[in-house]
Amino acid sequence: MKLTDHEKALADGTHGPAKAKAIDLLMRYGEALGAERLVETNNVAGAFNASTPSVRELVKKGFDAVYSELNLDSAEVVPIPKMVANTCQLITGIDNDNWRIQGIPEDLAVQQKAAEKHFGGLGINMFATCTPYQVGNVPVKGEHCAWMESSAVIYCNSVLGARTNTEGKESTGAAALTGRIPYWGYHIPENRRGTHLVHVDVEVDDIMDWGLLGYWLGEIVQEDVPVLTGKMKQPSLIKLKHFGAAAASSGGVEMYHVPGVTPEARTVEEAFGGNKPVETLRYGPAERKIAYDNLNCATERKVDFVMLGCPHNAIEQVWLIASMVEGKKISPDTQLWVHTPRALREVAERNGYVKMITDAGGVVMSDTCPAISRHAPKGTRVIATDSAKQAHYLPAILGLPVWFGTVQNCVDAALTGRWNGGLQ
Amino acid sequence: MSTDVKANDKIILHGRKVVGGVAEGEALVTTDTISGWGGINEREGTVIERRHQLRGQSFAGKVLVFPGAKGSSGYSAYFHMTRLNGVNPKAMIFVKMTTKAALGAVVTRAPAITELDQDPLTVIETGDWVKVDADNGIVEVTKRAKTVEAAE
Repeated sequence: MKLTDHEKALADGTHGPAKAKAIDLLMRYGEALGAERLVETNNVAGAFNASTPSVRELVKKGFDAVYSELNLDSAEVVPIPKMVANTCQLITGIDNDNWRIQGIPEDLAVQQKAAEKHFGGLGINMFATCTPYQVGNVPVKGEHCAWMESSAVIYCNSVLGARTNTEGKESTGAAALTGRIPYWGYHIPENRRGTHLVHVDVEVDDIMDWGLLGYWLGEIVQEDVPVLTGKMKQPSLIKLKHFGAAAASSGGVEMYHVPGVTPEARTVEEAFGGNKPVETLRYGPAERKIAYDNLNCATERKVDFVMLGCPHNAIEQVWLIASMVEGKKISPDTQLWVHTPRALREVAERNGYVKMITDAGGVVMSDTCPAISRHAPKGTRVIATDSAKQAHYLPAILGLPVWFGTVQNCVDAALTGRWNGGLQ
Repeated sequence: MSTDVKANDKIILHGRKVVGGVAEGEALVTTDTISGWGGINEREGTVIERRHQLRGQSFAGKVLVFPGAKGSSGYSAYFHMTRLNGVNPKAMIFVKMTTKAALGAVVTRAPAITELDQDPLTVIETGDWVKVDADNGIVEVTKRAKTVEAAE
């Protein structure tokens, strides 16, 4: 790979051992990709927290050891200086306030807080959410980013028109210390053009339908770039947040275009930018049913746990749930957890939404989700969720069956303890 | 075509180095893409995804032959942990280059190869003996004896 003079200086240790390790990782990674050079970035979203059981042993050696091994792929422990690029922490495994309800051992909760204090002091902003774009990190069109979190990456590329690949813990760790990431994939304009044309033949409007469309689409196109036309109503942040998370779970979609909606495609022609579609796909009632059936693996209608807020809920979603449960009580046999970024939880608290949900017997969580934490309420046998992403991952991560449906289906399940959803 | 191959015949494929080094072992082949986070158990080196061909099978010590990576950005971190836990694949052969697949291979630190001149997912079958010489971009496949296959 071609390096600039500054990058060579970083590599030879002139700026300290951590940055040399960071450039070494970026070079190994760039060469593996076949990248010709690095590109400057000043927007990094990564995973720096020490909140999992497997990190316990490393934490004993200190947080420099944690960052060296897990964020720089360096067994040699190097002292970690302050971040060079603007950097934020994505979702973590532990809710700093509700960790007891999650069932997290106390030592891990203490460990996460200590890690946050340490890494916060190095300039890593503790947003602690999978949706940094909801709480102040909103990159502009064309901005080169180094983001993890597949649901955030697809949003960043497609909805905001900023440029990132799906980075990992090690590459974001290296990018934060150097302000560099391989110039490859979606950093390069030609790679952002559409590959597949998708005709949506059924109306797609509510959140569940956006989730079903995304889940079906991801499995078909995998990591290609679909261009969607047809009977979709004007989407919102919330709907595209769900759609992207679903497409990035069943497949590896990092970029899509909805001509007339997303910023790099005023028209279908512009979305393809001269590319010929490699395939034309149709999404109709049969495809919608396939996605629904693939997401619903539960058979037992008694529901113990209702999970809402993946990707983390917008404030409007918290308000909607609060309105649905206001003055009611959830079933004594069922637990309801609602997830939203901590910054938005502050607003929800101020507005009284948190009280409305907790008075009904629910919990408003931040910083985490059941898939990341690998924790559901003790004794959970059946889960219900409005998130295609959680419905995809929870059966594998927790080994539990899941119902997938609308927010209303899920709130009804929380109130009655039974699943009465279904495909309308 | 594999039925015409006699046991111990060698097939040579040429590709591009992703991570250098040489390793050999038994192949574990899937035509499904793999998720790291939420798709594998990093303590056992097993695939856990619900509708995956390899669900319940371990790639620890095997030459993992697969189309590529999918899903969460935690892919590399989970393969990284399989190495720290000693249950990583011995080598990787994959088809589709993505950032997840590349970074995952880099931090697994096992020889890895891509862009092969024949489709590894059809040429290589689970149980074949595969030598990956990533430094020279060479994959050497020794077909498993058919009598052995029939006996299994």
